[in-house]
Amino acid sequence: MEALELARWQFGITTVYHFFFVPITIGLSFLVAGLELAWVRTRDEKWLRLTKFFGKLFLINFAMGIVTGIVQEFQFGMNWSDYSRFVGDIFGAPLAVEGLLAFFLESTFLGLWIFGWDKLSPALHNACMWIAAIGTALSAYFILAANSFMQNPVGYTFNAERGRAELESFTDVLTNKVVLITLPHTLFGAFMVAGGLMAAVSMWWLIRRKPVDADAFRSTLRLGAVTLLVAGLGTVVTGDIQGKVMTEVQPMKMAAAEALYETQQPAPFSILTVGSLDGDKPFYQLEVPHLLSYLATGTWNGEVQGINNLQAEYEETYGPGNYKPYIPVTYWSFRLMITCGALAMAIGAWMLWVTRKGRVPRSEWRWPIWLAVASTLLPLFANSFGWIFTEMGRQPWIVFGLMRTEAGVSPNVGAGTVLTSLIVFTLLYGALAVVEVKLLLSAIKKGLPDVDPDNETGKQPEDKPMAFAY
Amino acid sequence: MELTTVWFCLVAFLFIGYFVLEGFDFGVGMLLPFLGRDDRERRTMINTIGPLWDGNEVWLIVAGASIFAAFPEWYATLFSGFYLPLLLILVALIVRGVAFEYRHQREDAAWKQRWDAAIIFGSFVPALLWGVAFGNIVRGVEIDADKNYVGSFFDLLNPYALLAGAVTLTLFLTHGANFLALKTRGVIHERAREASLKVGLVAAVLAVAFLLWTCLDHDDVWVWVLSGLAALAFVGGLAAAWARRDGWAFVGTMAAIGLAVTALFVALFPDVMPSTLDPAYSLTVENAASTPKTLGIMSWVAVVFVPIVIGYQAWSYWVFRKRISVESIAADVPVEHTPA
Repeated sequence: MEALELARWQFGITTVYHFFFVPITIGLSFLVAGLELAWVRTRDEKWLRLTKFFGKLFLINFAMGIVTGIVQEFQFGMNWSDYSRFVGDIFGAPLAVEGLLAFFLESTFLGLWIFGWDKLSPALHNACMWIAAIGTALSAYFILAANSFMQNPVGYTFNAERGRAELESFTDVLTNKVVLITLPHTLFGAFMVAGGLMAAVSMWWLIRRKPVDADAFRSTLRLGAVTLLVAGLGTVVTGDIQGKVMTEVQPMKMAAAEALYETQQPAPFSILTVGSLDGDKPFYQLEVPHLLSYLATGTWNGEVQGINNLQAEYEETYGPGNYKPYIPVTYWSFRLMITCGALAMAIGAWMLWVTRKGRVPRSEWRWPIWLAVASTLLPLFANSFGWIFTEMGRQPWIVFGLMRTEAGVSPNVGAGTVLTSLIVFTLLYGALAVVEVKLLLSAIKKGLPDVDPDNETGKQPEDKPMAFAY
Repeated sequence: MELTTVWFCLVAFLFIGYFVLEGFDFGVGMLLPFLGRDDRERRTMINTIGPLWDGNEVWLIVAGASIFAAFPEWYATLFSGFYLPLLLILVALIVRGVAFEYRHQREDAAWKQRWDAAIIFGSFVPALLWGVAFGNIVRGVEIDADKNYVGSFFDLLNPYALLAGAVTLTLFLTHGANFLALKTRGVIHERAREASLKVGLVAAVLAVAFLLWTCLDHDDVWVWVLSGLAALAFVGGLAAAWARRDGWAFVGTMAAIGLAVTALFVALFPDVMPSTLDPAYSLTVENAASTPKTLGIMSWVAVVFVPIVIGYQAWSYWVFRKRISVESIAADVPVEHTPA
């Protein structure tokens, strides 16, 4: 393989991996802050114990999120130096602002939260988690603004002499129509993951042979399930709008999502295809008439452009070349995203149903454990498939219409070097994944900790050990 | 002042902040096997930096992103050129960061030993390699007409850069020892003070040799002045450690690191990455910079937010100002109990 393919694999692997931890961090930071707020307001110990329990899961996950995030920032320069030269004037600014506004908030206030139980008053301690949570959401906004420039470059001029894109309007970059819709879609996606995780963990504790802390876990089961369901509806609504924006700014991506080769009016939505997706007549295809027209244009009879027509159009604009993304990946990742998300919502609805009007799930049930596992993994994979779709659907461009992916790779970094780092990261990440999952499971199995509310006064007596220590 | 100069100073400031802050937490990590003889002592050491190390590391992230935003050519050449050292640094920072959070999750000696190894490796490697990287930046490397680094990995291991690595390694060790002396009571405090004096002497010799070499290479009065001040501050810090003035000892190494890094950036200016092949190929604050528009916007963001960040980070240092000792660490992992 060439350095280009290896660099792409490395970016894909490290980014998909990093994004397992990101949605959990974003969603769970708000949920844990909410649990702690309930403790501060009601002084019911149940909430304090839940805060510490889910806070621990949050921190085990957060550690992985930070360390895999550093790789992301270095990687642009290491593997994609010509891309960095080309877009640095625009792309670097949101990254720097992200660090300055968001990462400092997250790291400093989480440090205060982790170690501050006996040093800060309960309200101030809780405020630290809210601030860290806001930091995670801010971070999402700036990094998505940078990514949205790659999908739909705005607010730039091309400087032919320097051979690079230069900033024309930072406001335009920050209010790119793609980021404005991608941000809520991503945040809702993150809440689905965190809600699903919280509900799953609670469900596991409720259906044990001897349920412990049933009242507390019923509360978080409901909280998690409601979060999963409401956020799920949010992803549906924002995803629908996003589809229309995508049709407008990246019509090829929409066509690639559907493997729609010829322009059609009205266009049907393909649910699944048996056979090749290379434009030949498929063996079997299940379709819903008119639906794609609605998803893409908002009208039931709208015209949707096909891959072949767009290919011809792009050849005229950009010169000869292949402007099609790899269709099997875009087609199936788009479907898997939707399927995973929809199934997760169904599980969320079922969880609310079995806990309606004070009911507690019956403890002799064994099979719901698999639904609980699914409610954690399905939203997580929906996030992954969504990103794989949107990034693979952008190909062959690294910045849509401006720079092709192969032009962005570092010219002075050989395939052997990239292969080395690809192997190192893959092995290291694989090993850490095993450790992380084991730690999460053992923390879940430990259950709610005993607490001593006297420790949370904000005043540490001289002779007492630290309330929390590494 | 030109905006490009402003951003050169800001990047320098961010790296000074990074080395001054993470310098001591690298030091604490490196001293772990030498000053912590059992688990409780090691935990005491780790907990002095527990709430702080992550905030310190963000200085690196912001410094890196600022180079990307303000000097994209510098970012591209540096990161693609120093590929393997940066890969090593990344691996080190990954295992180290995870280790702090995961080490205490299990009461199992083998488990803890493994994470101790991660912390030690993860602290030594960057402490050495950041010096090597900065030594090479200041010395200049083989950059061609397309602004790409064309040397090999082994070209980066030249005597000047290796000496720079030895300097950062020993400086951070001393700085970490001073931090531990300041933040602990009891046995750790005593051992840290001793370590500071011992390693400090080695660091002083290496640093003076390195700064002298730098001064002779870049005959600039400010490089001389700053290097001299750095040496003075360091010796002052050692004297304070000897006189058991923990606070002043820490201020001394802090100032020494800050001044030495400033001297390096002054020696570098107006280049950001000189080429040893042809001075015409060198990256400078001019030819590596973003547009004045981007620099202007970023300046406003920095002017507003850098003081805020410094404010709340200082507050978190204030919250965790108390000295700790082995008695501060409960014998068992506290609070978490398995319900019956």
